[in-house]
Amino acid sequence: MSTDGGKHEMGEVLLEMRGLRIEGQSDEQWHEIVNGIDLTLRRGEVLGLIGESGAGKSTIGIASMGFARPGCRISGGTIVFDGIDMTAASEETKREIRGSRIAYVAQSAAASFNPAHKLIDQYSETPVQHGILKAAEAEQDAKDLYRRLQLPDPDNIGYRYPHQVSGGQLQRAMTAMAMACKPDLIVFDEPTTALDVTTQIEVLAAIKDVVRQSNTAAIYITHDLAVVAQMADRIMVLRYGDLIEEGDAREMLANPKEDYTRQLVAVRTYKKEDAAAAPSERPLLDVQDVSAAYGNTLLVLQDIDLQVERGRTVAIVGESGSGKSTLARAITGLLPPLKGKVLFDGEELPASYKARSRDQLRHLQMIYQMPDTALNPRQKVRDVIGRPLSFYLGMDSQAREKRILELLDMIELPADFADRYPGELSGGQKQRICIARALAANPEVIICDEVTSALDQLVAEEILKLLQRLQDDLGVTYLFITHDLATVKAISDEIVVMLQGRIVEQGEKHEILTPPHHEYTELLLSSVPEMDPDWLDSVLEKRKAAQ
Amino acid sequence: MTEILTMVAQRLALGLLTLFVVSLIIFLGIELLPGDLTEAILGQSATPETVAAFRKELGLDLPPHTRYFEWLGGILQGDFGKSLANQREISELIGVRFANTLFLAAIAAIISVPLAVTLGVLAALHRNSFFDRSINVVTLSSISFPEFFVAYILILFLAVNVNIFPSISNVSADLGFWERVYRVMLPALTLTLVVVAHMMRMTRASIINLLASPYIEMANLKGLSRSRIIVHHALPNALAPIINVIVINLAYLVVGVVIVEVVFVYPGLGQLFVDSVIKRDVPVVQGSCLIFAATYILLNLTADVLSILSNPRLLHPK
Repeated sequence: MSTDGGKHEMGEVLLEMRGLRIEGQSDEQWHEIVNGIDLTLRRGEVLGLIGESGAGKSTIGIASMGFARPGCRISGGTIVFDGIDMTAASEETKREIRGSRIAYVAQSAAASFNPAHKLIDQYSETPVQHGILKAAEAEQDAKDLYRRLQLPDPDNIGYRYPHQVSGGQLQRAMTAMAMACKPDLIVFDEPTTALDVTTQIEVLAAIKDVVRQSNTAAIYITHDLAVVAQMADRIMVLRYGDLIEEGDAREMLANPKEDYTRQLVAVRTYKKEDAAAAPSERPLLDVQDVSAAYGNTLLVLQDIDLQVERGRTVAIVGESGSGKSTLARAITGLLPPLKGKVLFDGEELPASYKARSRDQLRHLQMIYQMPDTALNPRQKVRDVIGRPLSFYLGMDSQAREKRILELLDMIELPADFADRYPGELSGGQKQRICIARALAANPEVIICDEVTSALDQLVAEEILKLLQRLQDDLGVTYLFITHDLATVKAISDEIVVMLQGRIVEQGEKHEILTPPHHEYTELLLSSVPEMDPDWLDSVLEKRKAAQ
Repeated sequence: MTEILTMVAQRLALGLLTLFVVSLIIFLGIELLPGDLTEAILGQSATPETVAAFRKELGLDLPPHTRYFEWLGGILQGDFGKSLANQREISELIGVRFANTLFLAAIAAIISVPLAVTLGVLAALHRNSFFDRSINVVTLSSISFPEFFVAYILILFLAVNVNIFPSISNVSADLGFWERVYRVMLPALTLTLVVVAHMMRMTRASIINLLASPYIEMANLKGLSRSRIIVHHALPNALAPIINVIVINLAYLVVGVVIVEVVFVYPGLGQLFVDSVIKRDVPVVQGSCLIFAATYILLNLTADVLSILSNPRLLHPK
């Protein structure tokens, strides 16, 4: 039953939810966001809650502690934790249980650690305030746990402030903090979502190890099925506050029963066909020996050489801080490079966008990661898409109106969307509007900066398909910046791998993806979680053996 | 640490520049006032010749820029000049009065700052409760009345109806410390009532503003008590805005006490200032203004430095 071959015993029922209903408030009205969920968790069991945003998984997770976020309320059902009814318990009782018997690991450790206190003080706070340990004992425990979670310099790292350690280390420190009182249950709320793949694998391994050794029960919340496959004994698939499917992890991954689960399992299968580059005299976009920096500090980009052929999709892959977004800024002239030049169709572009002609600007368009912030909430879709039409192409209102409708049709949205405000659209629809805005300029190259990272998997998949169709129809060239290797596999013709401001490897997709790889590419590729529940253990074993 | 020192040095230099500009504005402003000391002393019936002779004697006949640079040069050497009215050294005159003003401001601050922060924390802790609402109503009412009104009400209740404190805060150098404290109690209470609302509301707002942060949710889910969450987790992160508003109010306590000093006949700098304006004793007015300006600039500088020190990212760099 368990992922590690039944080493630990499944005990008595620890947490039981019956008909749990939770309401959220919006526009002064209460709407149900969790519609009667039943959940049973035994001691030592790891339960995965998976679903897309809005599924109610976090809400259910923290409801196990009798807690509802501001603007939410538990409106029905029962939550019984080890014989205590958390819906009826007094604040005092719940307070005693929180932190000591049920602990929480949040999605963003950087935001969930108090910036004003040292890590170890925040660790000790829970056991000391609950009267379980003295401060000195708690500090000793903390150091032991830091060591078990393989944090560097475990004896001293705790005396640092949260901003002084890296994201992956913080996430492990937060896991340690959750373990401080040896709780019966830990709620992990997307603990690795904000991390790079190579960091994610370390944190996953650390969490899995600690949970296994201490035989703690856990609720593991994530939108990533491959991650939950590594962690959970049992999985519950949720959608819009309803339970879709529940079952043993291995069983469900092998034989999903419901359509929705099948879609989730199948989501990474979209793949563009390989196509060789058509030979051409000169590349459409030619980046020569570009270096760039912010202020006078260290170089963020060093000696970048990159050629992009017309009608191709070049994926730029790297972890956070690798300089991939800076490269986009250097190409578009938002950050004039210190040295090197950018040629478009053989013609050198001025370093700064301010010196470029309107036509030069028109040829290079961008789509951003967060459609929420990239659209002016006070402008209707018509104005958003219409602006480049009049700015670049000088269209009068009649021609513009006609073109707006064509563009909406291209991005597969109905014509009446022209009168909507961004606030009335879903995340995927907003991203489509951003695509239409970029297309409105009739660009040659569109730079897509993490365009699918903020979207749910199924929505992201639709966006990728749309981008592909547009390329087939219009012949636009994409520079696709992403940290997500699944996206790269799906959409790219060529791959450029970046590390610390340099290109470590570049070439045709099949060349990069077939061994032998560059060392770093190998690390990236092998760190992407796979649906196979034994993937994590086998990767770790391989890496250990290689050392 | 060197970064912080550089920053302090920069701010100090900027402060000096500001002070220079202020001195220019003070001088020009007073130049624009109609009439001067000679007319004030000699009266309207004086002959033009007498007035001219007196002006010459006081050096008021020199062109403005000469007088300005003489005045500024003197100040740079610590010499504020002599009072035109009674020929005493201004630095001596101002020194005693300024010390009195600082004493009053300090007593008012010692009462009002802890009171305001405590009330703010309590109001945040019991948000929207009866306590929160009533403390808001009381402090807002007290800030809404003019200072002299508050002062007379306090005199009526605490000096006339019940004779606890003296209605006139007459202090002199030979008084003991506690006797002084006793005598300035009413003006200090008046000032407290005037400044507490601002600081208390900022404390409350800054803390409440932070209660939606993920680390406060985390503190909740760690099972900490509400008071510990507010005091230990929210307050340290709310310090920067609170410090700023406290210091602005401290500056007000020093430079805004004119009315309160007049009501209580307290021998502070404000009182001297008002007297000197009436007498057209220009050098004293200029000197007092400059002292007020310097205090204000110095306190704001302190606020900047303290808010930076309250940010762990700057205090403990990577």
